[in-house]
Amino acid sequence: MNNFISNLLNKIKHNYKDIFSSSFFATLMAIMIGMFFGLLVMLIANPSNAMAGFGKLLFGGFTKFGDVLYFATPILMTGLAVGFAFKMGLFNIGASGQYTMGLFFALYVGLMWDLPAGIHWIVAVLAAMIGGMLWGVIPGILKAHLNVNEVITSIMLNYIGVYLVDFLIKNNGTLFISVESRTKYLPESVQSLTLGIPGSNANITFIIAVGIAVLMYIILKKTTFGYELVATGMNKHASEYAGINYKRNTIIAMLISGGLAGLGGAFAILAPSNIAGASMTYEPVGIIAANGFNGIAVALLGNSNPVGIVFSALFISHIQRGGTQTSLFGYKPEIVDVVISIIIYFSAFALLMSHSIGKYLKSRKEKKELKNEISKEGK
Amino acid sequence: MENYIIEMLNITKEFPGIIANDNITLQLKKGEIHALLGENGAGKSTLMSVLFGLYQAEKGEIKKNGQVVSINNPNDANALGIGMVHQHFKLIEVFTVLENIILGVEPNNHGFLNKELARNKVVDLSQKYGLQVDPDSIIEKISVGQQQRVEILKMLYRNNDILIFDEPTAVLTPQEIDELMNIMRGFAKEGKSILFISHKLNEIINVADRCTVLRKGKYIGTVNIKDTTKEALSKMMVGRNIDFEVKKKKAKPTETILKIDHLKVLSQISHKYIVNDVSFDVKRGEIVCIAGIEGNGQSQVISAITGLEKVHSGKIYIENKDITNENVRQRSVDGISHIPEDRHKYGLVLDFPLEYNLVLQRYWQSPFQKHGFLNHKEIRSYADKLIEKYDVRSGQGATSLTRSMSGGNQQKAIIARELEKECKLLITAQPTRGLDVGAIEYIHKQIVAARDSGKAVLIMSLELDEVMTLSDRVIIMYEGEIVGHFDPKKITVEELGLYMAGAKRQKIKEVSHE
Repeated sequence: MNNFISNLLNKIKHNYKDIFSSSFFATLMAIMIGMFFGLLVMLIANPSNAMAGFGKLLFGGFTKFGDVLYFATPILMTGLAVGFAFKMGLFNIGASGQYTMGLFFALYVGLMWDLPAGIHWIVAVLAAMIGGMLWGVIPGILKAHLNVNEVITSIMLNYIGVYLVDFLIKNNGTLFISVESRTKYLPESVQSLTLGIPGSNANITFIIAVGIAVLMYIILKKTTFGYELVATGMNKHASEYAGINYKRNTIIAMLISGGLAGLGGAFAILAPSNIAGASMTYEPVGIIAANGFNGIAVALLGNSNPVGIVFSALFISHIQRGGTQTSLFGYKPEIVDVVISIIIYFSAFALLMSHSIGKYLKSRKEKKELKNEISKEGK
Repeated sequence: MENYIIEMLNITKEFPGIIANDNITLQLKKGEIHALLGENGAGKSTLMSVLFGLYQAEKGEIKKNGQVVSINNPNDANALGIGMVHQHFKLIEVFTVLENIILGVEPNNHGFLNKELARNKVVDLSQKYGLQVDPDSIIEKISVGQQQRVEILKMLYRNNDILIFDEPTAVLTPQEIDELMNIMRGFAKEGKSILFISHKLNEIINVADRCTVLRKGKYIGTVNIKDTTKEALSKMMVGRNIDFEVKKKKAKPTETILKIDHLKVLSQISHKYIVNDVSFDVKRGEIVCIAGIEGNGQSQVISAITGLEKVHSGKIYIENKDITNENVRQRSVDGISHIPEDRHKYGLVLDFPLEYNLVLQRYWQSPFQKHGFLNHKEIRSYADKLIEKYDVRSGQGATSLTRSMSGGNQQKAIIARELEKECKLLITAQPTRGLDVGAIEYIHKQIVAARDSGKAVLIMSLELDEVMTLSDRVIIMYEGEIVGHFDPKKITVEELGLYMAGAKRQKIKEVSHE
């Protein structure tokens, strides 16, 4: 174990230069600049409380870490879904639809099937995965065999998904309570396990999600399938030249991507919490799930890297939690959305920035050396 | 003291990490054709870009007629009478010839175009210099040779008298090259001064008066063409003696490896047969070259054999096995190795480490994978073996990012990969495109060695020198059909050119070794 840690430290020492010139560093810079503009927005909105409100935004999440984990889980999953497809060069913008399908499948199994407590929630989770896969594989098949742009088909499936689910729920007397215009609460047998920390909403699904991220990392780095996927994402022509089966891999990648988003839906609805209206029930109001789109942001900020996605999901969840607390200082929840959006916006420039920052640092170093030389000569 | 129209004195231009021009001096006399010779990356294009105002030099000065001038952008260059024909033409494909020529200096009456004025001037110019081109043709509909004439007319229209030609012959047939040479001589006689960038020694010997040689960004020297030889120039360019002749024994072809039978390929764009009824074969132990001007279906023949392009009708056999409907992977297993025309687009995943690219055709085979998991240890040792055997140079060996490697070493990596896998038929398209003389020599040697080790070799090349020196048989394609089939020892380059341009054709249905 000690050996392992010292190896790891060595590796970090060895690669620290790469880390600072890497997209990781660029992402950090992006976040900082985003923060700065966020602060600016808060100053404009309400100058007197800006610093206190900004403090809450940044640090408020720490007081409710269980909630941060609770809300991080679904966007971690949709983030993985988007990131995985993106590794192959596919832009799965339909994570929302896949997420909603997963959520519905889990809800259906939870309320309509009577299963023993130990396995009920596992069956619901698996059903959600299948639901998400179904919604993911359709754009995959269309892309592979008819070369239809996956962005368009998956966006359309977002709408189809959400209205179909709403329709199926409203039409089902067992699921739906029309006077409260929401579904029944899920029974305890189907709730996923909490981590048993009193007063905390942390639950096992976050650990499962992190496990899935690790699995994804292994698939991408260590398997021939991952090799093919990344090769195709980097250069489709070369992968064709190497005889990689593009059609099959496209379908599999979208199947997996959809499944991941579907799991996100299950983890969102099956996790018990004491936050009002957040879990165990669903309101069919015809709105596309925000957790799906947030997944795109998470993947972008995490640079489609599974490890990066874990941290970016935590980060976004963290400032979202902090953001809700800024209402104490009279800030509307929309402000925090603006701040988050700005951060995402800047992370889109992340790679560009890493180049220009790298250049700047290098030229500064060179100038310094030149100055030293000149001053030496002067002496 | 002689009179120079343009002098570039002690020019130094640096890019991050590289000195592209290191203290270079170039002096151009009025009315001469001055060649600028150097390998790829020697700094020719950078130097010309400095003269044309695209880059600013850190040190040195430019003089015109003895006066120091500053050239900050192409407009400045233009005002001084400097014009340039770029290697890749800067034309708007959907505009007419006339519209392209006047672009940027449109004659107008208070904002309204006056094309008649321009048309008369263009027609006069094209008659005066023998640059036949219809001013109302759309650029994308005329040949590459004609497009080049449009570029030349652009310079003349702007009254330039210092003309820069950047690798102008790369896209032309031998006949078109002769015509261009004549046009250039005509300009020189008129008193215009010409800078002619090239790495083709024959052309320089043929047309230039003097020649300045660059190597790796440094000035090597300026010589009078009358007082020098091709060998001496090449030594100046490369820094050592180069074998122009590819040393190879007579081919000993044995059994047929590849057989193409009445192959037709349909173009996705024009819905015409881009490959029309092509039949030929390639035997073990011989090198067959497909020659032709770019865009006459040669690339599509190659793609049809490797499986990247769909066959409309006809059959392809490898050792009597029909592979017409097999996928790319299966064909690779059958023994086809393919060095693709565009190594960045097809040959390599540039953002992969070198070792991953070296197993691109084999990663799915044992021992490189086990139960779907990559065996990184085996991949590394295989990569190290190939890197040593084929002398592939890179910053960090097997883990170097492929993108960071030089073009020659990238091509070496592809050749290593393709020759080390089980291979009966080696297909290469433009194997030496964009490479320097040293790398070309190496790659030619490898191709001949592959032939001698009992492989069948099929080459598609646009470089006639390469076709003539490397091949045992030449097939010429024109507009999708085979129009000639020769022993390269029994035909001249000029005659080959006539076939390539469609001016001559043999009556042949079956092309095979007799």
